[in-house]
Amino acid sequence: MKLREVLQLIDGKVLTRNTDLDLEVRMGCGADLMSDVLAFTHEGTLLMSGLTNPQVVRTAEMAGIQAIVFVRGKIPPPETIALAEEKGIALLASKYTMFETCGRLYKAGLPSCGLFESSLKRWREFFGEE
Amino acid sequence: MSAPLSAQQKREVTRLQELVYELRVRDAMTTRLITVTPQTTIAEFREVLRVNRISGTPVVQEGRMVGIISIEDLIKALAAGQMNATVGEKMTPNPVTLYDDEPLIHAVGKFSSLGYGRFPVINRQGDLVGILVQGDIVRALLRQLEVEYHEEEVRRYRASHIFEDILADQVTLRFRYRVAGGDFERAGEASSRLKKTLSRLGIHPRIVRRVAIAAYEAEMNIVIYTDGGELIAEVDPKQVYLVAVDQGPGIPDIQKAMEPGFSTAPEWVREMGFGAGMGLPNIQNCTDEMRLESTVGVGTRLEMVIYLDSAGRPCSSL
Repeated sequence: MKLREVLQLIDGKVLTRNTDLDLEVRMGCGADLMSDVLAFTHEGTLLMSGLTNPQVVRTAEMAGIQAIVFVRGKIPPPETIALAEEKGIALLASKYTMFETCGRLYKAGLPSCGLFESSLKRWREFFGEE
Repeated sequence: MSAPLSAQQKREVTRLQELVYELRVRDAMTTRLITVTPQTTIAEFREVLRVNRISGTPVVQEGRMVGIISIEDLIKALAAGQMNATVGEKMTPNPVTLYDDEPLIHAVGKFSSLGYGRFPVINRQGDLVGILVQGDIVRALLRQLEVEYHEEEVRRYRASHIFEDILADQVTLRFRYRVAGGDFERAGEASSRLKKTLSRLGIHPRIVRRVAIAAYEAEMNIVIYTDGGELIAEVDPKQVYLVAVDQGPGIPDIQKAMEPGFSTAPEWVREMGFGAGMGLPNIQNCTDEMRLESTVGVGTRLEMVIYLDSAGRPCSSL
């Protein structure tokens, strides 16, 4: 899904300059814990987050995430936008909640990052096999 | 009966199938547009085909496409002895078109379902921007495969090249980064520089991502819990060996620290999205080997190893 379509689906706004709206995102992830972002995403994921500090951009850079949507109408501070522009990461804003922002994109066909071995391990440990 | 495909062939076929979805009509179409008008005679049209070595053209009147005409229409006119007829009389009006931003798979579908030899390509504003024949699709796919093959070659070459150019029985490249304690402003800068360096060395992107995530979690631990330390990466032809060291305060109970969800992070760190007790388990998931040593009051040393031949293994996912 192109960022252009993402923007339309969430009635969003672009926060960074020189943003390539033809950028393709392959899947989505909603998270406010940075370790979760690192553990439960793949290259090319679109990140939805309510956190706006510059570390979100750093985390995205490490995880190979090229675009972030800030939910609940949160606007990041200038240093976050500056860092994103330096790293070539697109920042978008959505006035909707995390649930609705993710829901609109999922409904339109943007898939999730799938199941992860670490989640299944905990699941099996608690619920037994199957 | 045909022989079953080998794993290598299956990969190539899958890649081709993906490509017809990834590539757009505009990536394959011919943009050098040769057109005729409805007033062009069939005799003149024959010359256009001959000179340009093509088999059909769109018909354009006052900048607007009104039809399409092909070598088949020419042959029919020839057979009927109508060389002085006009293109306007013999063309197919209102031809089926493709949009330039449609995936190539749509074009493949239209070629096989409609049986036409060519499709004019228009943009979303309705302007004629190119023409697509079946051969263009094959050429575009081959071109793209070649580009990807070349990129892979360059990557392999660069990675092996550095080690091959250095003449020694054993080569290890060592990168050292200082990490300041408590400096949230610049936290992550060391890992960011390491990630860039490894990419430039030509290491596989999947390996680079795993090293970057492990390095970043380790760097954040130094920033959050210590007065500062260092991140050191040693790269040899087999592996990336990462060490994160600091001068204290040290971890009292390593086993507890390794438990997912266990954290001693202060509230302000948690507000920034860190300190959820997932850092060390994340590092373990991303690395092939991990050793943690710590002495309270002295410092902590975290060693991590990622094998370079483990590109197939993504970070902790299925």
